[in-house]
Amino acid sequence: MLVEPGTLGQTVEEIVQRHGSLPTRLLQILREVQDSLTWLSPEAMDVVAKALGLSPDKVCRVAEFYSFLYTTPRGSYDILFSDNITDRMLGSRQLLRYLCDKLGVGIGQPRADGRVTVGVTSCTGMCDQGPAALVNGYALTALDKPRLDRIASLVNQLAPLSEWPPEYFEVTTNIRRADILLGRHFADGAALRAVLKRGPEAMLEELVKSGLRGQGGAGFKLALKWISCRDAPGAVKYVVCNADEGEPGTFKDRVLMQEYADLVFEGMTLCGRVIGARQGFVYLRGEYRYLLEPLTVTLQRRREIGLLGKNILGEPGFDFDIDIHLGAGAYVCGEESALIESLEGKHGVPRIRPPFPTTHGYLNQPTVVNNVETFAVTAKIAAEGGAWFASRGTLESKGTKLLSVSGDCERPGIYEYPFGVTVRRVLEDCGARDAQGIQMAGPAGHTISPKQYDRRICFDDLSTGGSFMVFAKHRDILDGMRNFAHFFVHESCGFCTPCRVGTSLLCDLVDKVHTGHGARADLDEMRRLGRIMKAGSHCGLGQTAPNSVLDSLDQFPEAWMRRLRSTSYEPAFDLDASLGEARRLSGRDDPGAHLPDEYSDMVRLAGLLAEREAPLSDDERNLLGVMP
Amino acid sequence: MNGGPLFTIDDHPVLFQDGQTIMEAARAAGVYIPHLCFNPEFAPHGSCRVCLVKVNGRTQASCTTPAMAGQVVQSETEELRDIRRGILEMMFVEGNHVCPACEKSGACQLQAVAYYVGMLASPFTYFYPRRALDASHPDVVIDFNRCILCELCVRASRDIDGKNVFAVQNRGIQAHLVINTPSGKLGATTFSITDKAAQVCPTGAMMIKNQGYGSPIGSRLYDQESVKIVGDVAQVPESEGGRRHE
Repeated sequence: MLVEPGTLGQTVEEIVQRHGSLPTRLLQILREVQDSLTWLSPEAMDVVAKALGLSPDKVCRVAEFYSFLYTTPRGSYDILFSDNITDRMLGSRQLLRYLCDKLGVGIGQPRADGRVTVGVTSCTGMCDQGPAALVNGYALTALDKPRLDRIASLVNQLAPLSEWPPEYFEVTTNIRRADILLGRHFADGAALRAVLKRGPEAMLEELVKSGLRGQGGAGFKLALKWISCRDAPGAVKYVVCNADEGEPGTFKDRVLMQEYADLVFEGMTLCGRVIGARQGFVYLRGEYRYLLEPLTVTLQRRREIGLLGKNILGEPGFDFDIDIHLGAGAYVCGEESALIESLEGKHGVPRIRPPFPTTHGYLNQPTVVNNVETFAVTAKIAAEGGAWFASRGTLESKGTKLLSVSGDCERPGIYEYPFGVTVRRVLEDCGARDAQGIQMAGPAGHTISPKQYDRRICFDDLSTGGSFMVFAKHRDILDGMRNFAHFFVHESCGFCTPCRVGTSLLCDLVDKVHTGHGARADLDEMRRLGRIMKAGSHCGLGQTAPNSVLDSLDQFPEAWMRRLRSTSYEPAFDLDASLGEARRLSGRDDPGAHLPDEYSDMVRLAGLLAEREAPLSDDERNLLGVMP
Repeated sequence: MNGGPLFTIDDHPVLFQDGQTIMEAARAAGVYIPHLCFNPEFAPHGSCRVCLVKVNGRTQASCTTPAMAGQVVQSETEELRDIRRGILEMMFVEGNHVCPACEKSGACQLQAVAYYVGMLASPFTYFYPRRALDASHPDVVIDFNRCILCELCVRASRDIDGKNVFAVQNRGIQAHLVINTPSGKLGATTFSITDKAAQVCPTGAMMIKNQGYGSPIGSRLYDQESVKIVGDVAQVPESEGGRRHE
């Protein structure tokens, strides 16, 4: 260890103390320790463990769980390309290789001088302005070769991020269609004045009247959740805003947090008043690190004008405050009980449910967890009334929905529609002229083919958290499916068997077919794996992980069929390739050290025969050397 | 029947007490539901997913689902058998479970449950992990390639032995069992074969040294009767081929 123990200990202890030496702050502490030291060495983790009174394995468990925490050395500049299919459509893979060549660095390996690492990460939520990346956690957008040339020289000059061109970090909101949520002016404090004037009970009635359902995608009736939490026994209650928008292709919560943060905070404060909570948390995904300072400023401004803190709006006893916790690269933390685990400073494995968070949430106390968009909407309803909101949308899905539109279209960005809008209408509005398919609600959602373009976006037909990725005719749908399958392998938490193993098995099969080595039997195996994962997984991640593969098998069978090498059976291994190690050891690579092609054909035939009862054909007899 | 609330498993009525899970009530009523990470001496974990049942039409883990009056539970259906078999197949390809060469063969709950659900071979591609054995402890060998991440040893060592010897690290398919010492070696811990953690492993991941092949194949724990009759390896005394200390 080159850092003097005294210095390291001092740095770490200062950070721990700034967080009140609270174990619930562990993830925040580890993030900051890493910001100072570039990675979490065993020594650094030891100091953290001692300072918090935790066992070292607990600290290590957290450090190893989150993608953005490193337990091996990284470069001083850590550059991660967003690896969503929409980034790939915009050429991200070529740019990744380009930058690696420029910097003389391999993917995921720190350069010998320790200055830089270049790697990939799951979707960073900049799909409408990609190709995107993160540098030391901060979002980079609209990357192209000139920008990467400049970035390479900035890295080589050791220029601090503050000296990089600010436009590289510019995140635009691209609001293309606004309705009642994004379009109408909202006076700060309007919802809180309404709840003070009319009382929490009347506000709940408005929320019931509004018919609002959770906008994260699951669609649970909002008023029921709040009432259940209000009525749950427990002296301390919490309000949690789920801003861990990890579904690839979605970015509407990022826009809300960037442009409409007051509305979100006001919705949370309203919830606090209604359920009787004094503390709220925003769980902000690590990819949106750039929003932390502006949001902190907004919270402070709200405290100063009496909309947050003690005696809100001068009302004695109306106390509520909000803390922001940053995630660190774990899609599973979007699941509400995993999110709560993470808020408590732990690794994000979903809890056993029941009990549900409304009765046993943060620190086992009653907790409301809602999505960013949901909180924003509640503030509007409080100010304008439930009937006003319910006048939009369909019978079962009231109000409007924000869609994050990206992929092959002329105008990617945010579209707010009343619930019930057809897929076709969205495609027309965003300028997607030749869409061969849509991935709705992210890789865990629905794969839609043109014959379904008249379906409606609402809870009773196509439910969605908001992701809407367009694939034009010239794309290979299987590129998307393969990207999604790899995403779930990376994001499975590993707790339960069907998801931990199933995501890898499914991914291997998708790879096998995608690279032209698959057979009909592989497609059948995918379906069976999908059934097992859906029925057997512990949480929604594993239960929905096979959706895109299963949907696309139904909706785009020809995309899979044309990749098959044979129609019935292909071995999972390459007989000749498996002799590679023997060839290396013996230093031979002549034709005599390779199997003739017929051997592979024999293996294939043997598999085929195992599945069918028909007698051998003459060709098959010849191949197997069987006498007629 | 009278004397309390009831639900049904495969049409058989099962009495239960408030607070019991479906698994606990079924056990008390003598109804076997296959399982691996569940052990009645520990809080339910719900990670192996072998004990899946259908509760009013929804697939759920019976070890974590509270029993409720009137529930209609299905367990021994062909659909559930296929899902359970699939989960066992996943476990077998994830690790290196070489039954014919394994000292635990015949007295292994993983193998016994696999037979119970009708699994003879896995159609899935084997991962063939290469995790080094840990033979540093004088009395015990750990073969990490046979671990199914049920966390029973983790829970036993932490909650009962008070030693916190084992842990799971990393995530996804990288998740794996580790020993909580800087060297990662069991020999560097205070672990002892009298620990509870030495009595709970349902697989051949943890093997006691110097006592191999005590009884011939064919007369081992699960060779004569199915796991449904014999029960968990952790509940059977060592003298009868199980892991429980007398």
